[in-house]
Amino acid sequence: MGPLSAGVLQLLALVVALGLAYRPLGDYMARVYSSDRHLRVEKWIYKATGADPDTQMRWPAYVRAVLAFSLVGVLFLYLLQRVQGHLPGSLGFASIDPDQAFNTAASFVANTNWQSYYGEQAMGHVVQTGGLAVQNFVSAAVGMAVAVALVRGFARSRTGELGNFWSDLVRGTVRILLPISVLGALVLVACGAIQNFAGIHEVGQFLGGPQQWNGGAVASQEVIKELGTNGGGYFNANSAHPFENPTPFTNLFEIFLILVIPFALTRTFGRMVGSLKQGYAILGAMATIWVGFIALMWWTEFAHHGPAFQIAGGALEGKETRFGVGASSIFAVSTTLTSTGAVDSFHSSFTGLGGGITILGMQLGEIAPGGVGSGLYGMLIMAVIAVFIAGLMVGRTPEYLGKKIGTREIKLAACYILITPALVLVFTAFAMALPTPPHSMTNSGAHGFSEILYAYTSGANNNGSAFAGLNADTQWFNTTIGLAMLLGRFLPIVFVLALAGSLAQQRPVPVTAGTLRTEKPLFTGMLIGTLLIVSALTYFPALALGPLAEGLA
Amino acid sequence: MSTATETRAPHQDLPGGQPGGRVGGGLFDPRQLLTSLPEALRKLDPRVMVKSPVMFVVLVGSVVTTALAIAHPGDWFGWAITAWLWLTVVFANLAEAVAEGRGKAQADTLRRAKTDTVARRLAQGAEERIPGTDLRVGDLVVCEAGDTVPGDGDVVEGVASVDESAITGESAPVIRESGGDRSAVTGGTKVLSDRIVIRITTRPGETFIDRMISLVEGAARQKTPNEIALNILLASLTIVFVLAVVTLKPFAIYAGADRQTSMVVLTALLVCLIPTTIGALLSAIGIAGMDRLVQRNVLAMSGRAVEAAGDVSTLLLDKTGTITLGNRQAAEFLPVQGTTAAEVADAAQLSSLADETPEGRSVVVLAKEEYGLRERHQGELSGAEWIAFTAQTRMSGVDVDGRRVRKGAAGSVMAWVREQGGRVPQDADTLAARISEAGGTPLLVAVQDGGGARVLGVVHLKDVVKEGMRERFAELRRMGIRTVMITGDNPLTARAIADEAGVDDFLAEATPEDKMALIKREQAGGKLVAMTGDGTNDAPALAQADVGVAMNTGTSAAKEAGNMVDLDSNPTKLIEIVEIGKQLLITRGALTTFSIANDVAKYFAIIPAMFAAAYPSLDKLNIMALSSPESAILSAVVFNALIIVALVPLALRGVRYRPSSADSMLRRNLGIYGLGGLIAPFIGIKIIDLLISLIPGIG
Repeated sequence: MGPLSAGVLQLLALVVALGLAYRPLGDYMARVYSSDRHLRVEKWIYKATGADPDTQMRWPAYVRAVLAFSLVGVLFLYLLQRVQGHLPGSLGFASIDPDQAFNTAASFVANTNWQSYYGEQAMGHVVQTGGLAVQNFVSAAVGMAVAVALVRGFARSRTGELGNFWSDLVRGTVRILLPISVLGALVLVACGAIQNFAGIHEVGQFLGGPQQWNGGAVASQEVIKELGTNGGGYFNANSAHPFENPTPFTNLFEIFLILVIPFALTRTFGRMVGSLKQGYAILGAMATIWVGFIALMWWTEFAHHGPAFQIAGGALEGKETRFGVGASSIFAVSTTLTSTGAVDSFHSSFTGLGGGITILGMQLGEIAPGGVGSGLYGMLIMAVIAVFIAGLMVGRTPEYLGKKIGTREIKLAACYILITPALVLVFTAFAMALPTPPHSMTNSGAHGFSEILYAYTSGANNNGSAFAGLNADTQWFNTTIGLAMLLGRFLPIVFVLALAGSLAQQRPVPVTAGTLRTEKPLFTGMLIGTLLIVSALTYFPALALGPLAEGLA
Repeated sequence: MSTATETRAPHQDLPGGQPGGRVGGGLFDPRQLLTSLPEALRKLDPRVMVKSPVMFVVLVGSVVTTALAIAHPGDWFGWAITAWLWLTVVFANLAEAVAEGRGKAQADTLRRAKTDTVARRLAQGAEERIPGTDLRVGDLVVCEAGDTVPGDGDVVEGVASVDESAITGESAPVIRESGGDRSAVTGGTKVLSDRIVIRITTRPGETFIDRMISLVEGAARQKTPNEIALNILLASLTIVFVLAVVTLKPFAIYAGADRQTSMVVLTALLVCLIPTTIGALLSAIGIAGMDRLVQRNVLAMSGRAVEAAGDVSTLLLDKTGTITLGNRQAAEFLPVQGTTAAEVADAAQLSSLADETPEGRSVVVLAKEEYGLRERHQGELSGAEWIAFTAQTRMSGVDVDGRRVRKGAAGSVMAWVREQGGRVPQDADTLAARISEAGGTPLLVAVQDGGGARVLGVVHLKDVVKEGMRERFAELRRMGIRTVMITGDNPLTARAIADEAGVDDFLAEATPEDKMALIKREQAGGKLVAMTGDGTNDAPALAQADVGVAMNTGTSAAKEAGNMVDLDSNPTKLIEIVEIGKQLLITRGALTTFSIANDVAKYFAIIPAMFAAAYPSLDKLNIMALSSPESAILSAVVFNALIIVALVPLALRGVRYRPSSADSMLRRNLGIYGLGGLIAPFIGIKIIDLLISLIPGIG
């Protein structure tokens, strides 16, 4: 069996597994967010924190709750790192410098998990498990809460109420992320991932010389790292590290974890707006792009150029032999089309065009299927834009799911789509124009430019993966990427929630034969087209000077 | 107004003017481009340009490249780009100027009608002559034959025939009288006969004619909600492209392509990328949409109403005059036992000769068509005593040669027969009942002669549904619009007509309150409602409806309440108004899609031109094989400018529109403007490049 057919079989297995989980998980999540009842453990949490889980929030209140909760998260994580040196259970690691602590705090709260540190050389058990892993759960739950609030905006009418952030946050964590994580961690441990609080082992290397091995609660962090589309590895090598991702099966399982919630949320969406077909249309757009990108990645990574490629059967440099070119490509596409950023191979070592595919995947806004929650709301914003243009072409004021897309709605959607390109391009431009930041590049020429473009693309889109090669632990990069991550996460959330509020107030327009049918394949195609053209047009010049210049050579 | 016909295109010349493609626009005469040029140049004022963010960016770009070209006078490329950037801006202004220019001629004619009039004001019973501009609301003025009505108002006394051609373009005079629904007169119209007293209802300067002038000139034009939303989207795309181009400079310096990305080149790239096509044509599309209504003699008081017309999901149509011809017509002669249809026809015709109502005329016509009975004239029968139809007797007839023939409402004729000692046969009753059930009106025909008084038969009068209405309602249904027929008839009659006409629903025995309740009910379900009306009692419903079209013949209260006025007073036009509203939105969407899709080709022209020197591999992106970097960039800019001019006619007349489902419309428009927008510039840029490379010393 050739490596390509192995890849195809793995992809098929993945699609089947995702297909099996789609219905039950999607419906379950819809029930979780629609139910009136609180679990006992949730009541304890509300009592302990003093949160009121029952008052309906209008969009400004929802925004305030999201921002306040996240601000507290950033401050707590920052302080935890700053005092690490004085905490027990820190494996003797020192406190983290202010710029890196800021970067890491911003990174994990923004569900980005960009890491300018080496996990095994900087973060002890307390920060890893008590700080980073906690944010892995709650930052993911925040994203899902915001997505559900937007869905409620579409589903509800003549009310400004979007639900209750505290109850959405706690339920997402307790009823969705935790149970799946427990099961997932057991699977990973069973397959060889480690889960302990051991210290540092000196191990002799095969070719001589010593090597350090850290213990840690790796499996539990690994599972939420993928499930919550976080991506921050326990170890620097991330999912390429055998303690995190020991076998081809765990590799496939981790890809499954990355994709399962974002895809299933389209079912939740369909359920909550009362039309499963609308969910399938969104799913169709996401799945088409995802499969298309994998096919493109295989095409470029399996292209045989030169003797090394031919012997290896493809571009194997920077990829683990236990995963191969096929599965590494699926992982790379899945991690960049979601806001995960975990890596099982070095994206920098992909072919020029392959690297470009990972960058473009993030630049699409990570919505195919995207991060947990953020993928759905990002895709719905694009649907609003597509509806606005397509809706005009059927001769009516555009409407989506019975809600009119008027001035206010388009203003908010336009602001949303403006933010990430602005952050990526402006920060990259400054990094290229200033004298020192380019010193962080490992490579020269187009590839060096790709490293910086990748870094800001990853940060502003809350992906978190790195092109590898860029030395990002400088004050400049820690600060600017930290800002890009925070702004790239929370500004869009503000606009999404404002949009949700505006939609929820509307009276629904009844569907007639003159209504644009957004559940039809034609609209799915239109959505994909809008997405590709709008994003690709924005970044085309930058991509030309990086991956395209390199890949076409 | 007389010149309205000058700008109005003959129907057969309309694009898609075949049946089904009713919505078209005026002809586009290339000469208009030339005559509008001065106005286009006047619009270069930055304070005007800033209203269109996209074109304002192009203006700024033009100024920048001009400065650079002056600084480097020997650089032919800089001058060429500069020239074409300016042309891009001018073309955009030209589009708007041409659109506005088409209203100007109409405005001029209206102004002539508005010449200073002298008002004969009544004050304490005496008449005084004051300038028309000094009139106040509530003043009473007198107009006699030959006078021009000095201001808008209602007739409070008298009746007169009025020439309203200055407003409607219709030369036949109309009757205006006090009370009822025909009391409104418009300033600028001319009284042809008799004397009327008018109470002024509008202040000078705010009269109907004033509003018409500002509407057709576009002076009062405000951006509509959808246009504002689209402008926001275009502005945000512009910002994104400004960022993409500005940040490109440091990337290019790093790549070693500093020289190839001069300010001129980057400006050219920016102008090519921002959605100039739709940005340039957006306001022309809006003006032209209003203009298309004006050409159909409909005045929209706001652009918002035109847009709402496209969204309408329920149409309320008055039965009489809209769905059916104004009057009932005889359709059949039904004899009772013992007589023949021909006998009935003969008697019916005879008895209808003195009936001047349309119903009576139709009996005569039917008798002639069906039974070949020559129309007789009242003078032909000597010694005949004619009995005319009156609302009181509800019968007409003739007494001649001892034979008395009567025709009329069932009750009246039966009573007459009994009075004469005759007998009403059982089957006359049955026939009448059957006709009523079928929604028709039975007229009885009776005779009294030697054989006594007896009923001969029944004339079946029915509402005649206008030709083609069924098909139109089916079209509307495909467009997702529900039609509701409003009638004062009883439910039985209403249902029969509704079935025949193919409307979706009907409101029988409708009172103004019922109408209002229906509108509110529809609106509560999120639907947009359109209706027509003319009476004062229609005013609340007209105001409540999302699109309320008042008939020009109606009262000023109705005209005030509606958001459109139909000068032809043709209620069927509501359907066209809906189509124009849809066409307006489709045109915007189609050109936006086209504009955005265009960018792909421009990238393939400009990116390799800028970077192939630094990264030779990027020359592979030059799939059009353009001759040189300068020529490639210039070709893209030239195409970008020319496409605006090329699309002006489309913007003015609107995208071809056929009533069909949303799905098929989207598929069609996506195919033409999406796919077409993707492909067309590849071809266009290549051709322009070929032409440019022929110029000696270039390429």
